[in-house]
Amino acid sequence: MTPLAGCLLVSSLLFAIGLAGALTRRNAILVLAGIELMLNAANLNFIAFWRFGPHPEFLTGLMFVIFSIAVAAAEAAVGLALILAIYRHARTSDVSEITEMKG
Amino acid sequence: MTVSFLILAILTLAGGIAAMTLRRLVHCALALAVSFAGLAALYLNLGADFAGLAQLLVYVGAIAILIVFAILLTRSGETELDKVFSPKGFIGALLALAVFAVLAWAVASSSATRLTAAGSGPAPSSPIRDIGFSLMQRYVLPLEVIALMLTAAMIGAVILAVRPTRAGDQPETPRNPELQP
Repeated sequence: MTPLAGCLLVSSLLFAIGLAGALTRRNAILVLAGIELMLNAANLNFIAFWRFGPHPEFLTGLMFVIFSIAVAAAEAAVGLALILAIYRHARTSDVSEITEMKG
Repeated sequence: MTVSFLILAILTLAGGIAAMTLRRLVHCALALAVSFAGLAALYLNLGADFAGLAQLLVYVGAIAILIVFAILLTRSGETELDKVFSPKGFIGALLALAVFAVLAWAVASSSATRLTAAGSGPAPSSPIRDIGFSLMQRYVLPLEVIALMLTAAMIGAVILAVRPTRAGDQPETPRNPELQP
């Protein structure tokens, strides 16, 4: 197995773990954590293709990862603020109990 | 495929599995931090110094702590331990397994993983200096857009998370009598 294939397998396993968590957990915070894991798996792919790709001197994958980390930080902040607002309204952070959008 | 890569990959995956399967939420958050730290070490192992350190700073330093704060603020640690997974959660797990099967099949049968023989060579150098130059020259527009987006996200998070007060309410009197005039 080449190193690139190893990286890709690790990242697809991480993606599957994140997807399973996002689909099976009931707590909204852990759903968000699963989404973060999926995002990290994509980042690992970028790094792997940058490292083992034909033109690493252009730094493209690295730049994409840096911007992606910034986007993930913003996403986590807004997502957790949304979860806090929903908790204050519905007194729960269980996604299977929050069934209506009407306030 | 070095031994250090295997160890770090196993650490990362074990942290991820623990984060998604443990029943107590604070344990989940700590396992998530372990997984993020393992990923940062994987980046460093692959030669991406700056991305690895940024991952360590942002994910382990900020996002994991933010998740712990959210767990404590929403009192999610007090939920019953038998109501952790959704009742039809096995469908989601099966779906994730199917996604992994498809991805693994695609990786195994792809010719892109065999074409590059560059993997055996030394890690490409990514000095911070080069990253800084390309951030200021080639990627200056994305950098500005990211800065704008982070500002907007910060304002949005504050607006969402601040407790709504009715207009005309008097501000609360301080509870500590010594502070009152």
